Amino acid sequence: MFDQLTDKLNNAFRKIKGVARITERNIEEPLREIRMALLEADVNYRIVKEFTSNVKEKALGADVSKALNPGQQFVKIVHEELVRVLGEKSEGLKLEPKKTNVIMMVGLQGSGKTTSSGKLALYLKKKGFFPILVPADVYRPAAIEQLKVVGKAVNAPVFDIGEDRNPISIAEKAVKEAMDKGFNVVIIDTAGRLHIDDELMKELKRIEEKVKPDEILFTVDAMTGQDAVKSAAAFDRELPLTGVVLTKLDGDARGGAALSVKYVTGKPIKFVGIGEKYDEFEQFYPDRMASRILGMGDVLSLIEKAEEVVDKKKAEALQKKIKKDQFTLEDFREQLLQLTKMGSMEKILGMIPGMSQIKNAKKMMDDKKIAHLIAIINSMTPEERRNHQIINGKRRKRIARGSGRPVQEVNQLLKQFVQMKKMMKQLSNPSFLGKMKNLKKLRNMNFPFQ
Amino acid sequence: MGFLDKFKKGLKKTQNRIAEGLATALLGEKEIDDSIEEVLEEVLLEADVGVEATEELIESIVEKVSRRQLKDLQAVLNALKGQVVDMLSVSERSHLLEDNRKPLVVLVVGVNGVGKTTTIGKLAKKYIKMGKTVILGAADTFRAAAIEQLEIWAKKVNCDLVKHKEGSDPSAVAFDTVKAAVSRGIDVAIIDTAGRLHTKENLMKQLEKMKRVISKVITDAPQRVVLVLDATNGQNALNQAKEFQKITGITDIILTKLDGTAKGGIILPIVRQLNVPVAFVGVGEKEDDLIPFDPEEYARGLFEV
Repeated sequence: MFDQLTDKLNNAFRKIKGVARITERNIEEPLREIRMALLEADVNYRIVKEFTSNVKEKALGADVSKALNPGQQFVKIVHEELVRVLGEKSEGLKLEPKKTNVIMMVGLQGSGKTTSSGKLALYLKKKGFFPILVPADVYRPAAIEQLKVVGKAVNAPVFDIGEDRNPISIAEKAVKEAMDKGFNVVIIDTAGRLHIDDELMKELKRIEEKVKPDEILFTVDAMTGQDAVKSAAAFDRELPLTGVVLTKLDGDARGGAALSVKYVTGKPIKFVGIGEKYDEFEQFYPDRMASRILGMGDVLSLIEKAEEVVDKKKAEALQKKIKKDQFTLEDFREQLLQLTKMGSMEKILGMIPGMSQIKNAKKMMDDKKIAHLIAIINSMTPEERRNHQIINGKRRKRIARGSGRPVQEVNQLLKQFVQMKKMMKQLSNPSFLGKMKNLKKLRNMNFPFQ
Repeated sequence: MGFLDKFKKGLKKTQNRIAEGLATALLGEKEIDDSIEEVLEEVLLEADVGVEATEELIESIVEKVSRRQLKDLQAVLNALKGQVVDMLSVSERSHLLEDNRKPLVVLVVGVNGVGKTTTIGKLAKKYIKMGKTVILGAADTFRAAAIEQLEIWAKKVNCDLVKHKEGSDPSAVAFDTVKAAVSRGIDVAIIDTAGRLHTKENLMKQLEKMKRVISKVITDAPQRVVLVLDATNGQNALNQAKEFQKITGITDIILTKLDGTAKGGIILPIVRQLNVPVAFVGVGEKEDDLIPFDPEEYARGLFEV
């Protein structure tokens, strides 16, 4: 966790009094903490070694700025270096609508090739392409059937392989058919294979030689451990990979494999799979991944999501109100409504640093509960919403009846609203790190529910 | 081919490197110096053993080396192997195959893509070879074509199968499978479940429900809950194991995909913290590529030079 790591780093720096610069001597322990954090995130051992020595060089002699303490400063350097290695900016596919583009999906067994193929087809359809899916996994039982079902789900055609069980000729025929029928993207779903299986690796190479793919995407499970470097390096050696798809990122794996794979192949991570649904597939953002590897949570995504739905003017008005301590239950309701617009609570919670650690966080903040809170506020009179202090016992009972919720919940909401008001005043403190500290407090008070 | 042979075959490439590393660091020297700590750390961390368990394993070795109780490479490796075996030894070895309660209900769980369905096919074959009758329950009603995949396995190993439509309630499939096992007098019912990330609360609840529903047919069933772990997974496997343990309880672990270069060292902290034995390891895609786990052979596979 971000807090944890910065705390640890701060402690490490604190031991040396009066630190104004990062020096050879005072950097040793912080480096060890970073090393541990990376190893626990499954970044490959050798890469950790190289990475930390690079970071050390960068950090030495760095002036500790006034805004940040040495610990924070160090995290910033590490984070920047991580982003640099992961790829400065996100890279998409290089496809041209006017020709038949061929994409080959490759990877180990169970890494998520078939699901990702379907997700990619849907993604490209939304971008105006006409994709066709090609089942070239003739080995795993029912793999072909699986792609057919996936194709149906995302409403993309699946190439009919007939009786053909030769992946090379399947791929060739599919590309030809795509040309004839006017599909401009051919997505070939190959069989999962071990990188040490020479025969199957040769098969991939033959497919590649025959169909000359525009993109060869290596699919890798975000939960992969140290072995990621070996498999990625082997696939990269045999095939001209053009990118990486990182799957199963919706779990709690820190995903250090992303760094390992990028490091050994040098190929950009282009997409991430973030859920069971076919539209849960996104472009890759290096800065977010860097935060995740360090255990900082996906703060940026959350901010971006919030920006998407929160009306800027409204937000500014709210900010003023908070400062003047004029935050009312009406504003609270508005906030809750915006919260529901951001998507399911489970997703949002997953993006807040530390939230995954809190027991019952999900239970505390499920979508139903928010609906209940809104119902309670809806059952108040406009006057009550503007001035919560007038809500006495009698009014509480009426509100409870009106909203169909127990009186205790009304009480709870009012109590927390008061706490929240206080907290929000503190949160309006402009420093981001100040906010982070407050997040910790919010956590302790089970914000905003019990 | 024995477990060690297959395991080693996969390990060969990396092992040579480890062997070289160890050899250059140790063999050239008459006495072992401080660099031993770093070399051992590298071997263990690169096997996905994890920071905590690695430190624990190395600590006493380094101490013994500095007290000159371990003087050469062989002695160090033997001591390390011994420690790994200790870590993998739980109070009782797995009796997954020998459990003779009838019908034995085996619920197979794990995250996505670890190889549950394939493992079930192989496991069914094992029971059948012992002369037991088997029925499979296709309770992965979520993943596209998972039912078909299990059906192909059922045909291959020649056993019964209970299935519903894709998207139907997995608990109902589990219930019907166990019922069928009872009424047909079948020895073992193996129930496939959809892969689920351990962080998805609603899906974990669904698993909890499946277990509850099964116990309505036979009170102590499922007598076996098998967690399938992918050897290529890193530190996250520990979280997986803990969560599944919490929701369904785990009686046995099967470690798959050990035929690659991954060593699955994360089972060390898992076995120790959960006190659940590893029953089998998966070393390939064929029916017989499921081999009983032996801690000593595993340890040897990790360190043998």
